[in-house]
Formats: sequence, C-alpha cells, structure tokens
Amino acid sequence: AWLGVRLAISVSLLFTASAVFEDQVGKFDWRQQFIGKVRFALFDTHSQASKKLLVATDKNVFASLNSRTGDLFWRHLDKTGPEGHLDSLLMYGQDAVVVVGNGRLLRSWETTVGGLKWETVLDTGSFKAAALVGVQDLVKYVAVLKKTAISLHDLSSGGQIWVENLPDSDTVQYQTIYSEGNGLVFVLGLVPNSHVVIVEYKIEDGEIMNKKSIQAAWMSSLESSCAVISSGILLCVDQITQSLYTLPLQSVEQKEMKQIHLQTLDLEVASGFQPVLTSTQPNPAQPPLAEFFLQLNPDHHILLQLKDGLIAPLRDFNPSNLVAFATTGEKTVAAVMSPKNETACSINLFSADTGRRHLDTTIIYHLDPNVGKPNKLYVHAFLKKDDSVGYRVMVQSEDHTLTFLQQPGRVVWMREEALADVVTMEMVDLPLTGTQAELEGEFGKKAVVTDGLLPMVLKRLSSQFILLQAWLAHLWKLFYDARKPRSSVKNDEVTIENLSRDEFNLQKMMVMVTASGKLFGIDSKSGAILWRHYLENIQPNSGFKLMVQRSTAHFPHPPQCTLLIKDKDIGLASLHVFNPIFGKKSHSSVPALPRPILQTLLLPIIDQDYAKVLLLIDDQYKVTAFPSTKNILQQLQDTASSIYFYLVDSSQGKLSGFRLRKDLSTELIWEVVIPTEVQKIVAVKGKRGNEHVHSQGRVMGDRSVLYKYLNPNLLAVVTESTDTHQERSFVGIFLIDGVTGRIVHEAVQRKARGPVHFVHSENWVVYVYWNSKFRRNEFSVLELFEGAELYNSTVFSSLDRPRPPQVLQQSYIFPAGISTLEATLTEKGITSRHLLVGLPSGSILSLPKLFLDPRRPEVVSEQTREENLIPYAPEMPIRTEWFINYNQTVSRVRGIHTAPSGLESTCLVVAYGLDIYQTRVFPSKQFDVLKDDYDYVLISSVLFGLFFATMISKRLAEVKLLNRAWR
Amino acid sequence: MATIRDLSVILTVLSTITLLWPESGECNNGRRSGDGIDTDFSGFSVPIEHSFEVDDVPRFRLRGAIQFRGGRESSVYLAQNQLSEKDRNTLKDVAAVDGLYRIRVPRVSLQADRQSERQHDGHLTAFVRACSLVESHLSDVITLHTDVSGYVIGVSIVTIPGSCRGIEDEDEVDLEVFNTTIGVVAPVTAPVPETAPYIERMEQEMEKKGKNPQEQKSFFAKYWYLILGGAVFLMATNSAQTPPGGDREQS
Repeated sequence: AWLGVRLAISVSLLFTASAVFEDQVGKFDWRQQFIGKVRFALFDTHSQASKKLLVATDKNVFASLNSRTGDLFWRHLDKTGPEGHLDSLLMYGQDAVVVVGNGRLLRSWETTVGGLKWETVLDTGSFKAAALVGVQDLVKYVAVLKKTAISLHDLSSGGQIWVENLPDSDTVQYQTIYSEGNGLVFVLGLVPNSHVVIVEYKIEDGEIMNKKSIQAAWMSSLESSCAVISSGILLCVDQITQSLYTLPLQSVEQKEMKQIHLQTLDLEVASGFQPVLTSTQPNPAQPPLAEFFLQLNPDHHILLQLKDGLIAPLRDFNPSNLVAFATTGEKTVAAVMSPKNETACSINLFSADTGRRHLDTTIIYHLDPNVGKPNKLYVHAFLKKDDSVGYRVMVQSEDHTLTFLQQPGRVVWMREEALADVVTMEMVDLPLTGTQAELEGEFGKKAVVTDGLLPMVLKRLSSQFILLQAWLAHLWKLFYDARKPRSSVKNDEVTIENLSRDEFNLQKMMVMVTASGKLFGIDSKSGAILWRHYLENIQPNSGFKLMVQRSTAHFPHPPQCTLLIKDKDIGLASLHVFNPIFGKKSHSSVPALPRPILQTLLLPIIDQDYAKVLLLIDDQYKVTAFPSTKNILQQLQDTASSIYFYLVDSSQGKLSGFRLRKDLSTELIWEVVIPTEVQKIVAVKGKRGNEHVHSQGRVMGDRSVLYKYLNPNLLAVVTESTDTHQERSFVGIFLIDGVTGRIVHEAVQRKARGPVHFVHSENWVVYVYWNSKFRRNEFSVLELFEGAELYNSTVFSSLDRPRPPQVLQQSYIFPAGISTLEATLTEKGITSRHLLVGLPSGSILSLPKLFLDPRRPEVVSEQTREENLIPYAPEMPIRTEWFINYNQTVSRVRGIHTAPSGLESTCLVVAYGLDIYQTRVFPSKQFDVLKDDYDYVLISSVLFGLFFATMISKRLAEVKLLNRAWR
Repeated sequence: MATIRDLSVILTVLSTITLLWPESGECNNGRRSGDGIDTDFSGFSVPIEHSFEVDDVPRFRLRGAIQFRGGRESSVYLAQNQLSEKDRNTLKDVAAVDGLYRIRVPRVSLQADRQSERQHDGHLTAFVRACSLVESHLSDVITLHTDVSGYVIGVSIVTIPGSCRGIEDEDEVDLEVFNTTIGVVAPVTAPVPETAPYIERMEQEMEKKGKNPQEQKSFFAKYWYLILGGAVFLMATNSAQTPPGGDREQS
C-alpha cells in the first residue's frame, strides 16, 4: 500500500505544472471588472482636484470610480439578494454613509481608500429614508427613518444618539426626513388620500416638539409628488387638480395647504403623466434653494422659483429630456439635456437662481442607436480659475451604460455595465483575411465549373501576386517597426477592420448576451468591445438562447447567429438574426412566431448557403423551420422520420418525446412522468454538440478494452425531493435516452439536496450536491460503459442498443463551495479533460477528470497501476496551482464557457459573473507548442555546428584518402 | 378496433421471471447498492396495452397484464395474449412502412399499500420500431422504472436483436408468441464518499510501518554519525580559514 501512496504522489506530480509563471501573467488572460446598474452616484465635491465618483448599484456593489478614466479605485461587494441591498448613499466630506439590507446596517466608509470606518446594526423595521442632519452649518448626524421609528446616529462614530417611535405608525406611512440645520428634524408621513402628518423632533434628545396633520385628500404618495424647498416649505404637485400646493413646515397657524393652480402660471401637466419635482439642498445644514424643476411631461421641464410665497417661472425648457442640479462652492447650476436633432442631444448649463444660460457650456451628446436612450444625468460642477463654473456630466442610459463627457462633447470614458449580467455566450471563429479569402474563392466549386483553363491560370497568377504583395507589406512593416524605439511600437490595436483568424485560431469573437438585452462582440485576445447592439423592448426577465447557425467556415457566406428571446411570463418568443463578427442584424426574413416556443432544435441539415436549419416547436407541437426554403423543407421531409425531440414540463414532472412527421407536424412517441409530489425536475442537460470524443474505449491493465457508452442522445435529468428534511431529502439522477425515452440509469443520492451543478459529457456525468447529513459539498461521478465489446461499432443508434450500459459511480468530498461547473473542450478530444469549478471565493479551479474516475481502486494492484489509476481517496484535493486565475478573482462567477481552439492542447475559457475573465487552459500541458523559453539559438547553433563539422570532416577525409592513395 | 381480442385465445403464453430489483445497482467494488424500497407486492396486476397501425395513429388495445406476486421473493410475471392472424398481418404491414409499435402502462404505484389510493392519471408510453419487433421474432424486453416511492415513472421496450435489416420474414409461426422478459427497476442508491474504509486502510499502513523498527528510528538516530562527521569537518575547515581573515580585518 505504501507503493500505492507513492504512485499517487507520482501521478499527481504530473499535473503540478498547470499554473502560470510570473512572466506569463496577463499574457493570454484578461479580466474586466464591472459594478452593475448604477442606482446612486455622487461626485466627491469635497476638494476641487478630487477624481472620486462614488456609486452604489443594483448588484449590491459599492464602489469608487476614477472620474478621469472610469477605472475602479476600489469596490466592495455586499451579499447578493435583498440582504445586501444598498438602500441609500449619502456623502459628506470624506465619509460616505450607506444603509444596507433594507435598513439592517448603517455603514460609514472612508472614500479615499475604501476602508470601513464604522458599522452599526440598526433596529429591525423596513427602511424608508435616510438623511444627513446638520447643526449650525456642520453636519454631525445621520437620521434613519424606518417604518415605525426614527433614529439619529453620530456621523463620526456611528453611535446611536437616540431612537424614537413614530406616533400612529400603524396608520401613517412615514416616508421622508427633512432637516435644515436649525436643531429640528422633520418627519413627513402620509395617510393616503386623507392627510399629511408632520412630526418635529428636537435633535438633542429626540423630543417631539410639534405634531400636526394637514388635509390633503388628493395625495397618494409623498415621495413621488413632493419636495421641500426654500427654508422649509413643503411643495407638492398634483396632476388631477393641475395644481401646486405649498405648506411651511414650521408654521403653526396654517392648517391647510395653499393651492396654486398651474393655469395661473400658464402651465399644464400632460394627461396621465405623474409630474416630478426636483429640488436641491447643497448643504444638509442649510435650507434648500428656492428654485426647483417641475417636469410637466416626459420631455418638458420648467425651472420655477418660490419668492415671497409666490411661484414664478424662471425658464421654460421645452423640449428637454433630463435635468440635474449641481453645486460647486457657493454656486448652484442646473444642467439641462435637450434634443438637438435625430442623432444628438445638447447639454447646457444654467445658473439656478436666475435661469440664465452660461456661455460656452454646451456639451454635445451623440445618441448611439446601440447605447439606448439616456435616462439619468449626473453633473460634476467645478470652479474654473476665472471663477466661472465648468462641468462634466455622466449620462446613464437604458442599457446601464455610463458615459462620461466633457466639453465640447468628448467622451472621456464609457462603462458598459450591462456586461455585469451576462446571460449566455458563444465563441465564434474570426473570418479569414482578404488574401486568404481570395485563395478560398479561387478554388471554390463554382469557379471550377464556370471558368476555363486560361482564366484559371490567370486567376492563379493574380492570387499569387496578391499573396506576394501581402508578404512584402508584412516584411516592410516588420522592418519599419524594428527601426522605431521599442516603447513607441504599440500593440496592434484590434479593430473590426483588421480582425482575422490567427494561425492557431486562438483569437475568437466572444458574443455575449446580457440580461438588459444588449449584445456584445468582444475580442477574446484583448477584451476590447468590437461591437455592441442594443435590443430595445426586451422584458427584464426574458430568457435567451444563442445559436450559431452558420460558422465562419463557409466563405463567402457570412457567419450567422440566431438569438431566441423568450418572454418568461407569456412565453412568446422572437428571433434576432445577426452576424456575430460585425454585430449587424441580418436581412434574412425571420418567421413570425405567434405561439409560445417550447423547444428549439438546431439540425445539421444545411441549405445551399450552409446555414443550419433551426426547428422551433410551439405549444401546440407544431414545428416552424428557419430558414424555410424549398430545399430545406424537402430535406426535412426526407429525414423527418429520424428527427426526434423531447420536451420537459417541470411543473408536471413530465418528459415527453416526439417524432417529426413529413408534414412538419409531430407525434408523441414516449412519455416519462416523475411525480411532482415526491421530486421535481430542476435541470435537464444533453451533451454539447461540438464535442468530440477521440477514443472509443479505455485500455485496461490486462490490455483488454472497456468500451465507452457514447450515446449522443443521452439526457441527464436532475431532480430534487420536495421533502427538505435533512434525513429524507434526496437528489435524483436520471439518464434518459432522448430518442426512445428509455431510462438508462436512475440513481438516488440520499440525504442530499441542491443546488446541484452538473456536467454531462462523453460517457460521464459529474454532479455536485450538498450532503445535508455531513454538511459538506460532494462530487459524484457516473461513467457508462458498454463493456468489453461494442454492440455496433460503426454507428450509434438509440433505436438499436438493446443492452443497458454498465454504470460505475463513485463519490468524493469537495472541501469548498461551488458556484458553477464546466468541462474543458478541445478540438479533437485527445487532450485529457479537466473540470473547471467556479468557487464562491472567485477562484476558478481546474480539476483533472482523472481524480473523478469511478474506477479509482481502493486497493492498488498491478493492473490498476498499469492503467495509471489513482488510488481512491475520499477527499478531493485542492491545489493552489490548479487555480487558473491566480489572483484575478472573478466575483460572483455565474457561468463558465469553454471553446476549443485550433491547437489540440488548448482550450479557451471565459468565466463570467460580475466580472469577466478570459484565459486559456492546457489540460495536458502544451504538448503541441514549443515553450516560451525554448532555446532557438542553442538548437540552431548545434545544428549549424554539426553541419559544418560534417562538411569539414568530409573535406579532411577526402584529403586523407587522397594522400593515402598517393602513398 | 380497440376492443379486446378474442378472450378465448388468452393463453398465458409466457412468463419469464426476472426481477431486476434487488441487484439492479451495478456499482463498482461491489459496494452497498440499491437497497431499493422495502415493499411487498401482494398479488395485483397492471394492464399493458399496445398499438401498431399503418396510419401511425395510436389505438391501444390490451396486450396482457403484468402480475405482481407478493411474498418475500416478490416476482413479476407477464400474462399476455397471442397475436391473432389479423394482428400479425397488421404488424408486418406496419413494419414494411417503418411504423412504430407502441406500448403503454397506466401510471400506478407498485407499492401494495398504496394500491387503494391508486389514481389513474394517464399513461406512460414507449415504442420500438415495428420492423425490429418482427425481425426479432417478437422477443422483447420490457422494463418498468419506478421512483423511490415505488411509483411507475417510465416504461421501456427493446427487442433483441434491436436492428432492422430489412430481411423478409417468412416464418409466420414466429410472430404468434411473444417472448418477453419483464423487469422492474427501482433507483439505485448512489454511493457516498467512503471515508471509513479509507481511514482503516491508512491505519493499517501506519501499523505496518510501526512494526518495522528500522523505519521508526528518527532522522538523527539513523544518521548521527554522518551529521557529526560533517559538523567536525566544517569546524575544522572554519578554524583553519578564519585566522588570516581576522588578521586582515584587524590591520
């Protein structure tokens, strides 16, 4: 047995070289970090030179961006889900105060380095509002309003000064806090369509100074229709009565809100539009400004001023899309974005107190159809040397893009935050270069048929000439670059024009589909975004399925991808057909899909233009073909009887199989029903279509062959028990043939529960589950074998495989959590497989499949040693050198995509979650590539040396022979 | 058409008994496998229906009944009818147009105590190509798959051999009698990580090592003379070299 351990060590040593060397860092991998859709953004106005931009996002990320470059200074990730939800972001000086998890925690961050200054656990209760409270021009406190209580905390230490219950909190909905530095905090509440409640608290001890209720029968929400302006005057707007209402918060005598008809101001709110008031309070210790914006319809804003109890318009902005206030020093300005023409908007600066336009402050914002409409404006104002106000703006658009602009319209940076939520992706080969394509075209089939001998010769000569030209140009470029100093030679910037396939097909186009409906084309080598396409009117919870209908291999036909967008609620689907290299929408006519689509099927049947046919099955089991040319339909008819598909209805636990009929209708041929009372289907996975298996079997120690059960139609179905008690819960694994519906294997993992991650490939299934008895993650591997002889070695048919396969299974303990699981994929499948495990810590582990082999013996014998089987050990090792992303953690990794490259040894890996990380892995090391530090000089000098040595010795031998002959 | 064929011809033709149940787990190392469900079947039967039509529209009619016998060695039998002349011809016609031969069973629980609450909510279907059934001379394997609670979740049928070579079958007699193997398969319990045997093995190894006194000796105990010799040698060389160096520093 000692030998066995030694063998284990020696075998495991085979894999130790999978880590990268220090000088390889960043050579073929890159990472991009994202933050998600911005909900709060604040510029640091503390000092003029500050470059900080603080953001809090819907992904529960709190970060600081460099406003000059858009890079991250630091980023903090909170828990996912509502527990880490960022409710509010306030900033004062160097401190940023954040309320987290629906009022669970109050935190203060130091903004320069992102350190946590203090954290306070708040009392329970759902969060309503938070505000900074100042006393005598100094901000000292932060007030947090919950549903039933208000608490005041010290800004420097987080200590709670006082907490008070709110009066009548069961009937009154308290919504906002207001303070203006006069020693009082106002809490505003509302009984909808009845009255407004105003409670005054003393800052020192939380004593209620005053409480009053004001009739406001028209009001349904305070937050959306009211604002406080100019020394404590509550201003509300109502669409139905077309009026503004004012009320001084502190007045004792006024018992009613003063109504001001909008008509008297010559204004009118568009019907059905909830008017919006925008006010500004530059310093929390001082009253807000008397000026405010009123939005009358989606593109009409008006700047108004309250003076001596009267409201007067200062400036009418019609049309205007977005407005925002900004303050620098003592000056407050308003930035207004108004449409200029079809393709551009202009942003101008106006002084808030007069409404006068600042000269030379126009920023032109170009509307990009691929970016989406702007929906929020953040202004960073600063004082120039001549004391005039300068500004930069950050525009947030529908697709979560952030664009930072400065005068006169230069885009300083852009962040594509849609990429923080990648749903699915594909990797597409890049096209050939022009010259390569030229050669391809010459020997195309059509050319041979149409042209005669002479034109062919000429064509050949011309293409050779083009090649020569390209080669000379390449040489010239090399020569030219070599003369320049090293530093000025920039890496070739990848643009969409010079995209071409490299020698080993290592550079590919990553087509990424994001949840917001934005598609990206990213160069896998550099990570540069080469194209983007924004699909408008995508429902937020849509499902996406991306398919490559035609690869790049069919010159001159462009590659073609099809995206199926499915609305989760109503199930209706639509198709978006595009060119994955350029992102352009294809002109081909897309079939109308009036019924919900249940299943899609990409068949290897191709049209004359080499596009694979896509079958879409709707809820009446009717089949729509795309493309549906005559030729395709003919082929479909011919092969209809051999086209099978399956449907999964997890709500009823039903798996059903259908066969295509000649008239493109379908017939039900098998049914498997897993009762939902006991277990529910959580996932169904087939095998990947582009997977190759090189060897049919495994050679065993006694030189016999164990043949693999390679059923391409096999489905792995995973179920979880409805009973979640830790003793009775289980995870079910069913292997079902997708053509015949035959249950090839069914296994139950007892005392286990999900989430289950699994990979189904070749003849094996690997799944991970949570062992609820021992409270640990466990791996289990199932391998299927036909046995010592193949039933039919030439072709596999699900219809003709009477004997069930032998199933081997083994389980292991995995000492870490798991976020996602994927297997490596190579061109020919010769390279050994690795499993890529995304860990919650952000690391990606490349785990050799060799460790997940159900044939690992418990007792080592001569034969198992011959076979290189590692002796069984219950715990799966985790070696640090197996982490393929060294220190480049991928936060919240949700998926890993693998794609083969032109080199058999190399597999391209993209991990996505909040971040995107791309790298290459070499599961069997780089057996087909020379090492980076390969000594060319030595080998060539040895070669030349030997060559000359033979030449010289030959000459010497001749001389010697001659001399001997003379003798 | 869907009526039951001549009842008089009911011959309990064949009943191969293969209950795959207790040893269905083909786990390696002969580890603990499918402990199945501890149920007994008191005698009850489940009807099995089949359909084969030239126009491929399923019309199911009774083929036989799967009978479960209770007791300690629970077993399953299939009592089925012989194919009539008409059926044989239909089957051949279906085979000629590459049609399907389908079977179906009702969704029932195979647990005896659950028989009372047995609800008839639909069927489970499976198919095989009619030609392969003809060419295999009606020899097929039907397997019922149950879930952990003994509920039938799927049925499968394969013929042996399973291929369709398109050879014209002349021997009519062969198509009368089904040669069926029937079985019931319950899910196998998947193995869990085997920590106990592993630890045992490790302990044994430790013991073995412990028995050998040669290996038990510590590093110093084994090589003390080498270390001492090395130390003496180092000291000797050091003392020989230091004086000149020290002198130089002083001067």
